[in-house]
Amino acid sequence: MKYLFKSISFLTLVALTWAMTSCGGGNQGGAANNNSGSALGKSTAERVFVAPGELDEFYGFISGGFSGQLAVYGLPSGRLFKVIPVFSQDGEKAYGYNEETKAMLQTSHGFIPWDDSHHPDISQTNGELDGRWVFINANNTPRIARVSLETFETEEIIEIPNSAGNHSSAFVTENTEYVVAGTRFGVPIPQRDMSIEDYKGNFKAALSFVKVDQETGHMNIAFQVLMPGFDYDLTHPGRGKSHGWMFFSTYNTEEANSLLEVNASQNDKDFIAAVNWKKAEEYIAAGKGKKMPAKYAHNVYDEATHTATSTMENEVLTLDASELPGLVYFLPTPKSPHGCDVDPTGEYIVGNGKLAASLTVHSFTKMQQAIKDKAFDGDAYGIPILKFEAVNAGTVVQPGLGPLHTEFDGKGNAYTTFFISSEVVKWKLGTWEVLDRKPTYYSVGHLMIPGGNSRKPFGKYLVAMNKITKDRYLPTGPEVCQSAQLYDITGDKMEMLLDFPTVGEPHYAAGCPASLLMKNSRKIFKLEDNKHPYAAKSESEAKVVRKGKNVHIYMTMIRSHFAPDNIEGIKVGDKVFFHVTNLEQDYDVPHGISMLGANTSELLIMPGQTETLVWEPKEVGVWPFYCTDFCSALHQEMQGYVRVSPAGSNVPLKWSLDGEWNQ
Amino acid sequence: MKLLNLFITGLLIFTLAACGGGDKPSSESKAPAKSMVKKEEPKAEAKAEADPMKDIGVGPIKEAITFGELDEALAAKGEELYKAKCTACHKPDKKYIGPAPKDIYQRRNPAWVMNMILNPDGMIKEDPTAKKLLQEFNGTPMSNQSLTEEEARSIVEYFRTL
Repeated sequence: MKYLFKSISFLTLVALTWAMTSCGGGNQGGAANNNSGSALGKSTAERVFVAPGELDEFYGFISGGFSGQLAVYGLPSGRLFKVIPVFSQDGEKAYGYNEETKAMLQTSHGFIPWDDSHHPDISQTNGELDGRWVFINANNTPRIARVSLETFETEEIIEIPNSAGNHSSAFVTENTEYVVAGTRFGVPIPQRDMSIEDYKGNFKAALSFVKVDQETGHMNIAFQVLMPGFDYDLTHPGRGKSHGWMFFSTYNTEEANSLLEVNASQNDKDFIAAVNWKKAEEYIAAGKGKKMPAKYAHNVYDEATHTATSTMENEVLTLDASELPGLVYFLPTPKSPHGCDVDPTGEYIVGNGKLAASLTVHSFTKMQQAIKDKAFDGDAYGIPILKFEAVNAGTVVQPGLGPLHTEFDGKGNAYTTFFISSEVVKWKLGTWEVLDRKPTYYSVGHLMIPGGNSRKPFGKYLVAMNKITKDRYLPTGPEVCQSAQLYDITGDKMEMLLDFPTVGEPHYAAGCPASLLMKNSRKIFKLEDNKHPYAAKSESEAKVVRKGKNVHIYMTMIRSHFAPDNIEGIKVGDKVFFHVTNLEQDYDVPHGISMLGANTSELLIMPGQTETLVWEPKEVGVWPFYCTDFCSALHQEMQGYVRVSPAGSNVPLKWSLDGEWNQ
Repeated sequence: MKLLNLFITGLLIFTLAACGGGDKPSSESKAPAKSMVKKEEPKAEAKAEADPMKDIGVGPIKEAITFGELDEALAAKGEELYKAKCTACHKPDKKYIGPAPKDIYQRRNPAWVMNMILNPDGMIKEDPTAKKLLQEFNGTPMSNQSLTEEEARSIVEYFRTL
């Protein structure tokens, strides 16, 4: 690892030196006193400073990678607002710990407390961001989540069967007809006990098209296209003229099963797979789909009951690409392409060949013609390979080292990250000339321009997401943060404005104007809409009910007391459920509750919401609980006691508030 | 800390004494003190606030409300809402987290009550009576329960029946 770092830093140094000498020296990373190039003559600091009480212009949703979550930032300030728990348990919000949300993390492999979240994508209508939902993939145990942009909470998670390493995911089509998930690993489909060495020709790869209900957002797997067992890395939809197609980058077309670093880097060209999903719909309508058994979990959070349920599905519809003509074509693309990006017009498909010296761009118009002309260069497992020259639109010659990902500003320019040379390069669509380059600190992965993968980019800022930060921040031991860097892209030359640490490893981001979401953001949950089976919607409904060893406390909270706040008659060996309802109906008045010795969770409950924690008292005594979210001047008074008697004791079950006992 | 407590307690007693006439103060007030208060107090209050029965407070309700005949259907609706949204802090006839609404219209204009329900944050900041109540009730601010004007009006009607 040390060697890798050393060699990367050496390479970076070389590349930087080269970049600076060849381009006449960029901005060394946003010195605060840099005034050059700003149209308004503002300092760099002023351009990212959002004064106290002012609001940011854009939302940025930046994935957490190995944190499994999705973080919400303001741009241009880089201020962190919220970490939305998606695929990992979150003690702070009780997500995956309380009784209501455990089901969200159920899979066909059982409960999974963690995943690796990579690529958020905001829902679209007519190819433009519509701000309804943001989707994000779990890379490890393949899943897609849908996050509501009203509540900023995860509402649904669907597992993707026949997939392994759900990397090429979760990207939406132009009207959010589908959210698409390609597999990174080829695997036996269906899974079975076989020799790994028999991979080649026998493993398959599934590209899943998940239908999205336009009213509720609910997802279901409409079909899977079964493909040769290559590795499918990233994907983007066609838009405008290419709407109806989905483009997937591939690597390991060698179908190596070991030492891929070498063995999957042999072919001069891998492929971009162009999938005609409208054709797929025709084939399904014609009865060409084959149902196959497949076990996968579908978890839905119900906003009325504040509770998630998990359902196990048994079947999936598949289409075999090798058997169905016109469904898939391969576009030869050098060399192990990572990002697969479509420009706002839908004409250009950029293959970011990460081991290639140059950047390859294909033309959708030429692709259509090549298909018509049958300009094929053989096939792979029955899928036609289009002739490179017949589809290639142009090449950006030697723009940098290690291209990974490209987005667009809507003004005819593209911006590509280069991992090895640690830089962002701006180039022109159509002429393929390099216009500008700026260093990143260091080893940039993806980048994001708000709306930069839609028909309507908001080409003001660019966020580059870095894997390595080394000397950029105060050191925090061996593990240091990853980062994002903000560039102003309104001028001819990019300017770095800001450098800020991120939560986990940012693999990708989605951004949109704040005005798109602010007006819809929920303030409270209405008590009258609360359909939680254990809700107590007023203090008169507060009670304690014993059912054998299970004791259910229907508790309420309001500034600043619990009802009830004294409970007796609990016994060692009981399983005590605190079902707690926040009676507040005002914005930003959450309450929390924690029970001494509870092995499960603390709760953080929004106005009008009900949540449940389980406590299994192990020792006799009088044990306290209190409010964990500073709610009022008398927050510290918001507390109570539970008396725990020995198993078999005959202390009666009773509860009180202010000396009025009930039983 | 003890000193501070003492100071606060002192202040509270002073406030309670000074306000008088409000909800029944805690058991500490003895009869002689009460009668003293009654003699002196009204003058001081008159200077600060004019007639509390005409004071409509601060909020969306801009005009004093004069009741007509009791609307029983509206009051019934108000009672239901009151039970759901208010009883965590207000018992009908007994001081609790906040004051009891019984006989409220002997002390306040209905419009003032409406504004207290609909705009508690603003009332606490700007209305002298609400400010005093906040002090009297240990600094516990009234919660905004996000009710509509119609809903608040029904609760106000219900209070007439107490």
